[in-house]
Amino acid sequence: MFFPISNTDINPIYLVVVGFIIGILGGFFGVGGSFIAGPALRLMGVDWNYAVGTDLAHIVGKSIVAARQHRTLGNVDLKLGLIMALGTIAGAEGGAQLIQALKRAGNVNTVVSFVAIVVYFSISAFMLWESRKTLQSDKRTSQSGVVKGAASKKDRSAFGPVTRRIQRIEIWPMISLPTSGIKISLWIILLVAFVGGLFSGFLGGGAGYIRMPSMVYVLGVPTHLAVGTDLFEIVISASYGTITHAIKGNVDILIALVMHTGAVVGAQIGAVATQYFAGPKIRLAFVPLPLIGAAIVIYTLITGHKF
Amino acid sequence: MKKQAAKSLRAFAIELAVYSVLVVIYFFLVLHLLGHWLYRLETHHRYIYAGVALLLIAGQAVVLDSVTTLLFRVLRGRWK
Repeated sequence: MFFPISNTDINPIYLVVVGFIIGILGGFFGVGGSFIAGPALRLMGVDWNYAVGTDLAHIVGKSIVAARQHRTLGNVDLKLGLIMALGTIAGAEGGAQLIQALKRAGNVNTVVSFVAIVVYFSISAFMLWESRKTLQSDKRTSQSGVVKGAASKKDRSAFGPVTRRIQRIEIWPMISLPTSGIKISLWIILLVAFVGGLFSGFLGGGAGYIRMPSMVYVLGVPTHLAVGTDLFEIVISASYGTITHAIKGNVDILIALVMHTGAVVGAQIGAVATQYFAGPKIRLAFVPLPLIGAAIVIYTLITGHKF
Repeated sequence: MKKQAAKSLRAFAIELAVYSVLVVIYFFLVLHLLGHWLYRLETHHRYIYAGVALLLIAGQAVVLDSVTTLLFRVLRGRWK
């Protein structure tokens, strides 16, 4: 099937399957799946600027479906999501401007590829270390009668002491988030959201691969709530990202629409699956995902960007 | 328990099959007709294209979510 906007020829079945896989991952981990979608589009010869913009459009649709599912499961902190959306939008605009500057310089594909590889590897390494440490410590504490498992939405993290120190930073105004069970400075929430937005605008997607871990480790939001809230926030920020990228000529909406048909089914399956896993296990299962994205980017760099 | 799992799997397979047929029809009818118009819009009216793109993806999300939910409900009901 020929997609005239991005001037590429892609099999629609490939797009539907990619969408389906990303849908499952998104529903389960609360991520947009751009670490798979961006490289998967690149693999088919779509330019990075189109891969980034088109992926954002596809993520809007997919996140609407997954967020609705999580809302019914009680996994969305609306107040936190709305605050974060503000910081994310500012960051996304910064990231989009960086892409524009690289487009003008003519080296957008190389720079974004290298940054993507470094970011994906770093996230995987950190989450592997943290979730394994938490699971090991859970094993020890379970012997002394501490309740654990999927039934409880409050979960433990080996990074907990650092998170508590961050929560104690009292910079006015302090925001109370009863749904997530935390009280934290507004500026820390905005900073986390801004960094996520910057990556979203620069590498594409909702940047859930960086925001979901940040919500857990920096803000101290329980994993299940971080997944649902992240998806809700992604709907708002990715909508903004879609508009700004579309105006700059980086969105092939036809590709996004085709991918999204597969993502709808996947997102529903993924969201329901979160109920059967505890927080640290969800985080441990998350580890290979950015690595897959990094592997695809390395492959496209080596082979000249074509499958 | 095994019977229940087999029933769920069968219902899911049928849901996927029905959904696939609907998606194929959707490709040929909607995307084929919209393709040329969207291409011209993207080339000549970027701001309108940006708004239309967002409306299309959000609209598709709501419609397809409703379709899958309806399919799940109807077919699960039949196989119970």
